[in-house]
Amino acid sequence: MTTRIDTRFAELKKQGRSAFVTYVMAGDPDLTTSLEIVKALPKAGSDVIELGIPFTDPMADGPSIQAAGLRALKNGTTLKKTLELVRGFRKDDNVTPLVLMGYYNPIYIYGVDKFLADAKTSGVDGLIIVDLPPEEDEELCIPALKAGLNFIRLATPTTDDKRLPAVLSNTSGFVYYVSIAGITGAAAADATAVGEAVARIKRHTNLPICVGFGIRTPEAARAIAEKADGSVVGTALVDALKNSLDADGHATAKTVSAVAELTAALAKGVRGAQQAAE
Amino acid sequence: MNIAKPNSYRSGPDERGHFGIFGGRFVAETLMPLILDLEKAYTEAKADPAFQAEMDGYLKNYVGRPSPLYFAERLTEHLGGAKIYLKREELNHTGSHKVNNVLGQIMLARRMGKKRIIAETGAGQHGVATATLCARFGLECIVYMGAVDVERQQQNVIRMEMLGATVMPVQSGTRTLKDAMNEALRDWVTNVHNTFYCIGTVAGPHPYPTLVRDFQSIIGNETKAQMQEIEGRLPDSLVACIGGGSNAMGLFHPFLDDSTVEIFGVEAAGHGLTQLHAASIAGGRPGVLHGNRTYLLMDADGQIQDAHSISAGLDYPGIGPEHSWLHEIGRVNYLSATDDEALAAFQLLSKLEGIIPALEPAHAIAKVMELAPKRPKDHLMVVNLSGRGDKDVPQVGDILKGKSK
Repeated sequence: MTTRIDTRFAELKKQGRSAFVTYVMAGDPDLTTSLEIVKALPKAGSDVIELGIPFTDPMADGPSIQAAGLRALKNGTTLKKTLELVRGFRKDDNVTPLVLMGYYNPIYIYGVDKFLADAKTSGVDGLIIVDLPPEEDEELCIPALKAGLNFIRLATPTTDDKRLPAVLSNTSGFVYYVSIAGITGAAAADATAVGEAVARIKRHTNLPICVGFGIRTPEAARAIAEKADGSVVGTALVDALKNSLDADGHATAKTVSAVAELTAALAKGVRGAQQAAE
Repeated sequence: MNIAKPNSYRSGPDERGHFGIFGGRFVAETLMPLILDLEKAYTEAKADPAFQAEMDGYLKNYVGRPSPLYFAERLTEHLGGAKIYLKREELNHTGSHKVNNVLGQIMLARRMGKKRIIAETGAGQHGVATATLCARFGLECIVYMGAVDVERQQQNVIRMEMLGATVMPVQSGTRTLKDAMNEALRDWVTNVHNTFYCIGTVAGPHPYPTLVRDFQSIIGNETKAQMQEIEGRLPDSLVACIGGGSNAMGLFHPFLDDSTVEIFGVEAAGHGLTQLHAASIAGGRPGVLHGNRTYLLMDADGQIQDAHSISAGLDYPGIGPEHSWLHEIGRVNYLSATDDEALAAFQLLSKLEGIIPALEPAHAIAKVMELAPKRPKDHLMVVNLSGRGDKDVPQVGDILKGKSK
């Protein structure tokens, strides 16, 4: 079975181009604005969208993404409404891959089987669930694969060669390499070390490898794009969104464009990498 | 609930860290290799007689074990029923049961060559115990503590700083123990190569619930031997307070297969079970947080809810996974006591026995006040006095002053 993710990476490979992956939090700052932002991302140059599922206790995320989640929750975002948001996005866009990223508890409480069925019909292509390592594959990973959704696993600097096969065994779509041991929005990734890590993972898999955590600027995105099949930017976009809000934390006329403009600048950086390499 | 009874209540968890459906390892990939290393180190340490011998030496001469099993004669007379014994964990060095577990984990950290120790703390007792043993062994110590708890437990903050630890006030979320645990996990993810995370209760990803339980089981093992010596038989009932539940698990575990022993865990009911509270079993349901599946306080969408208790040490929206299993399987009875009931028990024990308890075990005493009068005079009841009340004296003093106005 081929998903939108597989199709997109195959196209990019043909074009000789690295993917630009954008992360935003569902429902941040509110559901209406959030849908506008998600709709604007592909037009601004995002190849793959990661949509955060808000959670009260995001233990691997930094303060920016935690605050984004709390803004979304405060304005009434739930997992059900996150799936409705995806459905809304799919009305106009049936090609851009969309991956939900978050923590397991809201899905567990929603009910795994119901969630997978609803996610599939809403137009979700894959899942990244931060607190489900391969040791807990039976919880969601294996049912998700059966339901026709990609399950994208995180590999990290602490994932050594001995452990990599376990991490990659049920992974599909792409591999998300976390470029630093740390939380989102922390220290910048070192492109040389990332290059070595990507080469190491490529010895174990043919899946595309996207690199995230610590990429904030077009230059950094470009440096990573030269080494990997994709670069992921999240915190910088979430910060741009936050800086556009009014004093009460509500969206302003600038909110959608703030995210779209930074996306466009970053996408240009990523595309520049391929042209420079050619 | 129709669940098959196991042959033994003491054989868990399974090799992947599950007690029934509870427990497990729900953490970011960055931490998994470290957690597997820890499990390996613990398995090896358990099999090494030198490790146990070294622990025994420190438990006797540094911690001050065994802690006494004291017959509370005046409390017994006052309540007019069961014969009440107090397991005096508050007499341990640092003033609570926390030191038993911390000693074990610090010995493991040293075996693993880790020089930087992080911990989370609610009331500060686990933080003080960790800071103490880090001082003793010359290790760097960072303690995460919710900003609200920093305010209400000033004395323990000062103690930790005197011992050379860095206390990091946590400003996120509810600024209590849950958020301190999130911050500690973030630190661990960031400093995974040189850092050992010393978890303070029987929760978190496998193997923490198991190793903390094992280190705390000295409480129940001593109680068993002491009661045999004093009364020539096993106790009839055990009572302990539960936040995460480590003092309770330490007392209960050695008795789980003794079917004649009734066991009671007491959660914090705060302002009452229909209002703000911290009773995860009475008011929660199974979910996944902080590396394990267990009973949690949450809303209909799986978002974690704020806990409340007068006692910072019980103010946590979850409970250790083995307790969740013991509840579902029906081996342990989980009750709850409100803030007001705990305060009344705090005063009663202070006045009748000359022992000022921490607010945490005051919750257990509150249920003893209900249970003991209904039991016959030859009924032997043991309550775990898990910590002393020095840290709570200013807070309780303020409340009582306010009430007398």
